[in-house]
Amino acid sequence: MSRSISRFFYPLAGAAIIVLIWHYYVVLMQVSIVVLPTPLQVLKSMIDNARILTEEGWVTALECVYGFALSLAIGIPIAVVMTYSRIANQMFYPLLVASQSIPKVAVAPILLIWFGTGIKSKLAMAFVIAFFPVVVDTATGLRSTSPDLLELARSLQCTRLQTFFKIQLPSALPSIFSGAKIAVTLSVIGAVIGEFIGSNEGLGNLLLTANSQLNSPLVWASLTVLSVLGMILYGLVVLAEKLLMPWAADVDLKH
Amino acid sequence: MNGNEKSPKDGPRAQPPFGRVVNITKTFQAGGNTFPAVKDVSFQFRKGDLISLLGPSGCGKTTVLKMMGGLVPSSGGLIELEGRVISAPFPGVGVVFQAPTLMPWRTVLSNVLFPMEVLGKNDARANKRAHEILNLVGLDSFEHAYPRQLSGGMQQRVALCRAIIHEPSILLMDEPFGALDELTRLEMNDLLLDLRRVTGATVLFVTHSISEAIYLSDQVVVFSKRPAVIVKELTIDIPYPRSAKTRFLPQFTEWERQAGVALGLVHQ
Repeated sequence: MSRSISRFFYPLAGAAIIVLIWHYYVVLMQVSIVVLPTPLQVLKSMIDNARILTEEGWVTALECVYGFALSLAIGIPIAVVMTYSRIANQMFYPLLVASQSIPKVAVAPILLIWFGTGIKSKLAMAFVIAFFPVVVDTATGLRSTSPDLLELARSLQCTRLQTFFKIQLPSALPSIFSGAKIAVTLSVIGAVIGEFIGSNEGLGNLLLTANSQLNSPLVWASLTVLSVLGMILYGLVVLAEKLLMPWAADVDLKH
Repeated sequence: MNGNEKSPKDGPRAQPPFGRVVNITKTFQAGGNTFPAVKDVSFQFRKGDLISLLGPSGCGKTTVLKMMGGLVPSSGGLIELEGRVISAPFPGVGVVFQAPTLMPWRTVLSNVLFPMEVLGKNDARANKRAHEILNLVGLDSFEHAYPRQLSGGMQQRVALCRAIIHEPSILLMDEPFGALDELTRLEMNDLLLDLRRVTGATVLFVTHSISEAIYLSDQVVVFSKRPAVIVKELTIDIPYPRSAKTRFLPQFTEWERQAGVALGLVHQ
């Protein structure tokens, strides 16, 4: 019991200390609200702008979720092809790695031209940023299948599909999830970059607008909502992992 | 092969052996060089026998075992089982590895049933048999546990069940108890003998433990260092059932000494 309490208590206490330091720094140093609002001013702004934050947050959330889903839907098959076709691997893996040296922000204007200012260019941006870890981790997972299990499959004359779906894919699941966890956080960054470059909706857009109006409390409120959004999405992936991989749960969950 | 002896089971006269290995060799290629791993290995065995392949680590005995399962092609020679030439994986082989190699995402029961699932025979009968053999190895109350909730010895017992669920005609075991602690290992030896008595399985058992080989086997094939060449064949005539007392019989010690001499560990 005490362990589960401390699991919540210490992170909250840590956050509380930072918030207190922040608050007293602003108050005692008489920092201007434009430079840095107090936590309370941010909270007040969040309450005052609850509706717009929810609406814009929802737009950004959808961009992230779609971009993330796309990075799985495309990243996992790419990894599968790269793992099972040596030629495809030799042809495209170097390109894939090279593509990652391009600063993603620099791609955003191109995506804007291709997909317009709507949601499409944002989820494309989220996808571009998020899919690489999915590919790499899925490929790693598929390659790390136990050779003994593959031998067992051979001795039972499993078909290639049976071997893939019954052995290799489940073996790779933990790696796929570690890639997905990185991807989901990156998809939030991608969506916001997309909104920065060209959009009239979403939290990134709201943040930019508030900034240009020197409405710092709203800037910080948007940031806070973005961070909460990222944590919720991450939490959902962790939840999916627990549901899809019950065998990896703690030993004391037995029966 | 002419294949003029199609049914080896009937006819008491000149009964061909259940399985035989004739002059098999295996060479590996690396960097333009060829390395012999197994050289001119021949032996034969009867149905229901437990044969140990004993030799130093890395001598190539595992390669012999894999060739017998059709998992590794031989570079020359002949392997025959029940009158059929073995050159590729075939149904009716069960394998146990040094590590339990269970699927962590499947429960104990589901792991055991895996071969039946692949062979398309996962029916009520298979389920009943799975219960029975899990009961036999004392794991019936762990059917719904996941492998990681079990100890190493328990996991290896599950792997044993998985290897015999489809009633294979031959069971290939590659140092299956090598990773276990000594006490668990002794326990597993007796369990294997029990399982063999109940199922009548023919077992090929790779080990580098002299006493384990002698305790378990009808026949011990002793290999040299790489490339694997047979240096001695011992027919262990100690009657079954064997027990802890067996290990203290004078014959047992004598067999151990002979195996030790064959391996070059004991000087005559």
